[in-house]
Amino acid sequence: MEKLRETLKETWHFYMKTLNLVAKGSKAYYAWCLLLLAVIIVGFIYYLKQHDIGLFATNMNDQVSWGLYIANFTYLVGAAAAAVLLVIPSYIYHFKPIKEIVILGELFAASSIIMAILFVMVDLGRLDRFWHMIPFIGEMNFPESLLAWDVLALNGYFFLNILIPVYLLVKYYYRKDPNWTFILPFILISVPWAVGIHTVTAFLYNGLPARPFWNASILAPRFLASAFCSGPAIIILIFQIIRKVSAIKLEDSALFKIAELIAYAMFLNLFLLGSEIYKEYYSHSVHMAAFEYLFEGLHGHNLLVPWIWAAMAMNVIAFFIFLVPTMRKRLTTLNLGCLLIIVGVWIEKGPGFVIPGFVPDPLGEIHEYIPNLLELMVSFGIWALGLLIFTLLMKVAIPIVTGEFTHTEYEKEVTALKHG
Amino acid sequence: MRDKNYTRREFIRNLSLTAIAGMSIPLLSACTKEEVEDFLQKHFLEMTEEEKKRLIAKLEERYHQKYGRKFQISTKEAQQDTLWGYGLELSRCIGCRRCVYACVKENNQSRYKRQLHWIRVLQLKRGNLINLENSEHYYNPDTVPEKGYIYLPVQCQQCQNPPCVKVCPVHATWQEPDGIVVVDYNWCVGCRYCIAACPYKGRVFNWGEPNIPPEELNTSVHYLGNRPRMKCAVEKCTFCIQRVRSGRYPACVEACPTGTRKFGNLLDPKSEIRYIIENKRVFRLKEDLNTESKFYYFFEG
Repeated sequence: MEKLRETLKETWHFYMKTLNLVAKGSKAYYAWCLLLLAVIIVGFIYYLKQHDIGLFATNMNDQVSWGLYIANFTYLVGAAAAAVLLVIPSYIYHFKPIKEIVILGELFAASSIIMAILFVMVDLGRLDRFWHMIPFIGEMNFPESLLAWDVLALNGYFFLNILIPVYLLVKYYYRKDPNWTFILPFILISVPWAVGIHTVTAFLYNGLPARPFWNASILAPRFLASAFCSGPAIIILIFQIIRKVSAIKLEDSALFKIAELIAYAMFLNLFLLGSEIYKEYYSHSVHMAAFEYLFEGLHGHNLLVPWIWAAMAMNVIAFFIFLVPTMRKRLTTLNLGCLLIIVGVWIEKGPGFVIPGFVPDPLGEIHEYIPNLLELMVSFGIWALGLLIFTLLMKVAIPIVTGEFTHTEYEKEVTALKHG
Repeated sequence: MRDKNYTRREFIRNLSLTAIAGMSIPLLSACTKEEVEDFLQKHFLEMTEEEKKRLIAKLEERYHQKYGRKFQISTKEAQQDTLWGYGLELSRCIGCRRCVYACVKENNQSRYKRQLHWIRVLQLKRGNLINLENSEHYYNPDTVPEKGYIYLPVQCQQCQNPPCVKVCPVHATWQEPDGIVVVDYNWCVGCRYCIAACPYKGRVFNWGEPNIPPEELNTSVHYLGNRPRMKCAVEKCTFCIQRVRSGRYPACVEACPTGTRKFGNLLDPKSEIRYIIENKRVFRLKEDLNTESKFYYFFEG
């Protein structure tokens, strides 16, 4: 009885403290959260309109049947995969804040997966039939359909990326050592699983001979290479924000090492893209049309041309920034490089990858697509929701990692430390 | 689909759905009975005969209320020893698009605010056939045929090896024993993966609520074919499943003024389609993709 009361008291304490942590913060924190909330609400209102009148409310059509939503989905799966893959180099190079990197990386991956899944859900014409996709309850076409694979892969990955950080955080909260024999297998499996989710997502496009632009065997490696650019670039920026607003110490050297890795990944990404461009242009078959549409314009249609060239320029500039040690070791140029990569890769593997798959369509029709206001607003809403989830997770996770937020038993210690 | 796990899966499904329903009583009470029924509707192939009957009665009632017309909804199954095949004589087609509009009418496609067509006629400059990028989909002269052009009608090719069926994440589309690829419009989640997978653009999507003037509706329908459909589900040519399973020709075959279109049973050695395959120079679109389409184009001679 006594023990039960103790547990209840502790749970109550935990929730109150969590609420307290989430609800209290600096002015910048409030402003940030309110801004995100506003964007989420606007996005949701636009989504309700889409839900009401159907996908007719978007600019998609029978020619270009996937658009901005699926582009964002593809990008976010990559970001989620890369965040966890960062765990490997941090082990190899013995980065000091390894436990922080694992926890932050996995929570970032979990937030990205939530966004990725939401982008698929808003893209579904019949959200009310979503349950048809759930294993055992619905009628999943497994293993035939790659989309069924993706549902399993993404949800499995989401589960791993919630389980691992929550387990570790609970242990830290109680100031106990994690039981590594229990959790290490999950951490180890999350690494190949990260490669898996992005491979499955690449295969989803890859396996369609109807779309020559996607039907290239180089696609999965290209996806992984570009994910290894954008994911770590996002993480570098997040780490800098975190060390500014919290007690977590992250050394510059770790950031510079990640930047060096980005340089290699970007080299690989540009090399793979170059190989594809060579193959298409030198063989010069009918299948080159989509590449022509993307890079030069086709029969006077050239909506994507300025975008892709901007992306190319951003990627190449960022590559040189991260290649030259003096540039990647200065925070201003480092951050500029990160921003260029985040945007450049988004264009390249988002709209620059999804849309040319549909232009020209299998019967040769050229129909240009540009997302409309509704698609933009819904997309911003989902991004804002993902960022808000990540912010709130960080708000609770960081104090646990630094030992400020802990079991009642140790609380006095913390206060004593603070005053002493 | 109908495997050993059937009953177990059924059990898990019912249990979970009951749980979900239980938890969302306040939400469900806000829905009409119709919406709840639709939400819980099973996959067509998993329904018992009794359930199918009830569903059809319910649908007929609902269509009557919505359109003020009396519908007859068939669920007629494939006949034994049939595999439908189509022949199209390119040298005869004049590009009049009568087939397109006969199809729209017969199959209750949406008429405005996205008019849907299951057949597309491409206008190609003579000398072109494979590179469809040079085709014109929206040609609109006063009279057809225009000199110097040939016309290539394309619709679902009813592949024996259909890429669209393979990619559907929820089994909402499948091939019937007579070779027709059908869609359970009530099971489709609207992900449009099948549209991406089809090399012939054989599938179209109801981007919004379909619009058909009630007086123009064809009330003789098949559940897996031309029954009125809802927003945000995919649809496609079914070789007029409602007609061919009762011994009639597809509407496009009947509408063609030049006798371009042929139709028959590939398993019947005496059928016209078999005669064409054996005696004419036939080819199939995008044969290199190995879709094994059952739509044969040919030239006279």
